[in-house]
Amino acid sequence: MELKKTALYDLHKKFNAKFVQFAGYEMPIQYKNGIISEHNITRQKSGIFDVSHMGQLFIKGDKTLTNKLQNIFPTDLENLPTNHSKYSFLMNENGGIYDDLIITKIKDGYMIILNAACKEKDFKIIKSKLDNTFSMILREDLSLIAIQGPDSKDVLEQIVPGVSNLKFMSGNEFKYQSDFIYVTRSGYTGEDGFEISINNKDALKFTELLIKNGSNLIGLGARDTLRLEAGLCLYGNDIDENTSPLEANLKWAISKNRIKENFPGSKKIQSQIIDGVKKLRVGIKPEGKIIARESTKIFDENDNQIGKITSGSFGPSVKSPIAMGYVDNTYSKENTKIFLEIRGKKVVANICKLPFYKKNHYKGEINVRN
Amino acid sequence: MSEIKFSKEHEWVIVKDNVATIGITQHATELLGDIVFAELPEKGSNVTKDGTAGVVESTKAASDVYTPISGEVVDTNQSIVDDPSKINSDPEGEGWFFKLKVKDANEMNTLMSRDEYEKFAKETPS
Repeated sequence: MELKKTALYDLHKKFNAKFVQFAGYEMPIQYKNGIISEHNITRQKSGIFDVSHMGQLFIKGDKTLTNKLQNIFPTDLENLPTNHSKYSFLMNENGGIYDDLIITKIKDGYMIILNAACKEKDFKIIKSKLDNTFSMILREDLSLIAIQGPDSKDVLEQIVPGVSNLKFMSGNEFKYQSDFIYVTRSGYTGEDGFEISINNKDALKFTELLIKNGSNLIGLGARDTLRLEAGLCLYGNDIDENTSPLEANLKWAISKNRIKENFPGSKKIQSQIIDGVKKLRVGIKPEGKIIARESTKIFDENDNQIGKITSGSFGPSVKSPIAMGYVDNTYSKENTKIFLEIRGKKVVANICKLPFYKKNHYKGEINVRN
Repeated sequence: MSEIKFSKEHEWVIVKDNVATIGITQHATELLGDIVFAELPEKGSNVTKDGTAGVVESTKAASDVYTPISGEVVDTNQSIVDDPSKINSDPEGEGWFFKLKVKDANEMNTLMSRDEYEKFAKETPS
């Protein structure tokens, strides 16, 4: 199958991107300065991420739609004000996660941002659960551009006046040239930032303006180290159809007033709340400099396997190797000593608090990570 | 001092007084990206041509380091373990990996010259 390209492909090329295949797209993994420098630029200044491969699903409808969606997602949508967003999941009946996503209430319905690799499947699942009664489009004519890092607010404000008034996990429509763009204050790096949904035809010029105003293109490589430091899950690695939100330590994303209600997987969630979970997603810090990659086996001091790493790399801001993985719940306490099998040797590591790196979002009381 | 030679696995080697200094090439560092971890062979151990003699890890992945010739490890560069970015900034200088007492000087003849290696590296897909 031929790889898809985003509207910014030529710009990535112009900035000497190295490309990788990702979810059927040809995406930049890094530019000429490399992952660590791109990571640091995002933490210290401002970085631009082309996330146009992600799904932008728009569903039109009123209160009936809200009620229907509450049967699909474990999120309190009834009390979600227009132009506010929530992190949520699409789950199977067994409480496993089909996808993690961001739902934003917009004036005539909902906008849902889906993972690139899951978007077609999600579309089918949601469509069938809505009995084909609502207008649903996965917008391929829109690009999605994230701008992240402390200077991003000032960079974007010059181009789209008013955006700096947005609070974290909220958004609005803004006029840009002859068109409208939808901007949310959100992101996946642990930094303050925005995501901009914009017509493909305007995306290139818009991104060039962001660069001209001082931001920098950042590849998927740094996006991965940034989200890992921020303790955020990568779908397919850290969460999948065999992990529940409770096992993934994401209970906070299930609305408290919905826990006892019906949604796919609700029975499993309710029983896991009562009985506890067998495995839990934790942060892991190897001692020394060795890096534990995904699939690394985790052992206790008696050589019993107790879990597996699901994401691991070097954290450029914490300046040490970091990882996330699942361990038997009895080993999930902070500072528990564990052993990682790396190239045949056992390496000492410790369970630690997530995130590895924390900054406060604008108006932190509605911080997605509590 | 011998002429610097290169292997297909992207290591360089230079011999002086029967002691070989070995590291990875500039081209290898470009393929790997930012190096954040290096593991070296043990001093006193014997390594065999084309066998594993260390590991480098970048933010992206781990790669084995092979020895282009055989011999006994007589010295290792601990400074790249402490600061792996030296491998990126000066792969043929401060970023050297280990030194060997050469077992068979003829093995040097199986390796490429700089011109040959540069041609080889250009033709190898990244």
